[in-house]
Amino acid sequence: MKDMSEGYVTADGRQIGGVLMEMKNITLRFGGVVAIKDISFDIRDGEIRAIIGPNGAGKSSMLNVISGFYVPTEGEVWFKGVRRGPMKPYQVARLGVARTFQNIALFDGMTVLDNIMTGRLTRMKAGLLSQALWYGAAEREEIAHREKVERIIDFLEIQNIRKTPVGRLPYGLKKRVELARALAAEPKLLLLDEPMAGMNVEEKEDMSRFILDLNDEFGTTIVLIEHDMGVVMDLSDRVVVMDYGRKIGDGPPEEVRNNQDVIDAYLGVAHD
Amino acid sequence: MLYREAGDFKTTYREDNQTFPIRFDRIAYYTTVAAAFAVVPFFINDYWANAVFVPFLIYAIAALGLNILTGYAGQVSLGTGGFMAVGAYACYKLMTAFPEMSMVLNVLLAGLVTAGVGVLFGLPSLRIKGFYLAVATLAAQFFLVWLFNKVPWFYNNSASGQITAPERTFLGQFVTGAQTSASAKYLFCLAFVFVLALVARNLTRGTTGRKWMAIRDMDIAAEIIGVNPLTTKLSAFAVSSFYIGVAGALFFSVYLGAAEVGESFGIQKSFLILFMVIIGGLGSIFGSFAGAAFLVLLPVLLKNVLVGTLGWPTDLAAHIELMIVGALIIIFLIVEPHGLAQLWRLTKEKLRLWPFPH
Repeated sequence: MKDMSEGYVTADGRQIGGVLMEMKNITLRFGGVVAIKDISFDIRDGEIRAIIGPNGAGKSSMLNVISGFYVPTEGEVWFKGVRRGPMKPYQVARLGVARTFQNIALFDGMTVLDNIMTGRLTRMKAGLLSQALWYGAAEREEIAHREKVERIIDFLEIQNIRKTPVGRLPYGLKKRVELARALAAEPKLLLLDEPMAGMNVEEKEDMSRFILDLNDEFGTTIVLIEHDMGVVMDLSDRVVVMDYGRKIGDGPPEEVRNNQDVIDAYLGVAHD
Repeated sequence: MLYREAGDFKTTYREDNQTFPIRFDRIAYYTTVAAAFAVVPFFINDYWANAVFVPFLIYAIAALGLNILTGYAGQVSLGTGGFMAVGAYACYKLMTAFPEMSMVLNVLLAGLVTAGVGVLFGLPSLRIKGFYLAVATLAAQFFLVWLFNKVPWFYNNSASGQITAPERTFLGQFVTGAQTSASAKYLFCLAFVFVLALVARNLTRGTTGRKWMAIRDMDIAAEIIGVNPLTTKLSAFAVSSFYIGVAGALFFSVYLGAAEVGESFGIQKSFLILFMVIIGGLGSIFGSFAGAAFLVLLPVLLKNVLVGTLGWPTDLAAHIELMIVGALIIIFLIVEPHGLAQLWRLTKEKLRLWPFPH
């Protein structure tokens, strides 16, 4: 087991803790297709870690491995110093990993409030009988969790739409509701799959602010995949660069930016 | 002008969570319940009980049950008739095996037995979805009807193959058998409807309901936020089958008095209740009532108008009635695919703004 006490201090003075999750030699194959080839990296407590790379590099597959949706063909996933065996996605959720999706995966038939409340399902324990009568534990629990959820609603500034069915909302707000649902679970590790995709500049600014604030305020560790390089370079503490399923760079943004392999992958290399 | 939220401030989450947040709705609801319990029983006669109220109430329970499964949890079922038969036969066996047992207990236990059977037939839902699940439940429908026809133990070896409800009392009043009064039948069913509708509402607005709806709207995302699909789907099958079993037990013991499985609980019944749920509104408690009312009342109304008012011959009226009901179902679904509940919701939204829509 790796030493959990080591850490580092970021340029803006945030203390980053020890290793929260470690990916060791992860390989993921679908039949003959190799999506991820022997990748290792770690995610430290409290940091914002970006995964970037050209289309088809295997970023989303990597996120799916972290969230437990895919079981890696080879390699080990260590979380909080314990090796994670093959698990069902809902079991991983209970360990404190939450995520948002590239193509929004909200529950369209439910209101914003109900959607966010689903983020707290793993914490709600009242029995069926109590729920059926809406009395005792069920009602107390409902109100207690509602208070937490309202705090997140305030934080993300979506008070005015809390009773609107999600299906009626515009794209940018849906992204925000999805973030709220992930936050409601009070995750230790939050995975964001292209949180800014399809947004205009203003929406991107809002979303960046929310990501920085929630990292700062709740101490949530964040792993994000993003194509907007400006956003990635500004937000993240360390960046993993992937190309064709391999890791071609890993380190602080400015280091990655000057890495010759990364520049080649993004701009292409002259073949002679 | 009466229908306003303005000035009606909610200061606690408890108040905000109530079923009828608007005062006018609340008053209307209490009035309806009070009238149903305290006024209707004094005026009800055999015709109204047998043609309108009792079938409406029993179908409302069945529709609530199917709505929980299909409307809230998104699992299509065509086995409703078969599950009602399970409730009916379980009730019959309990009534004949334990003559001293309270009728309420009989009905509830029949519901529990059906819940068990429902969970069993719900197991395939973990692997298959949509139309394929519908076919699997269709198999349940045919299997259950066949079983109750084939095994004489279920109908106590009676020569006709029918089951006949023995006379049972509740609180000193006959609730089954020939001597039952119209108001006793009505009140007995109404009590079940009242409690079960309340429970359905509570379940669907809380944790369990959110799990069901999450699975319905996007099962993969639901699993990733921590919903266990196994327990969630099976709990939907269990609760839904409980309701349908109670409906089946009441349908046989209180309403029909005697039943033959293929005739009373055949595939037509499954479709009738599915239509109620679709026309009423998937995923709505009110919709279950509206759908049941629509499909129970409409034929009665048409018959009265065609035969009573217009004086048409009965056989012609019966055929025309089928055609009109069919046409109306289609028209309704074209005008409002989300059912009567959605129509009602839109009306309420307009009412809130009326008479100044801007």
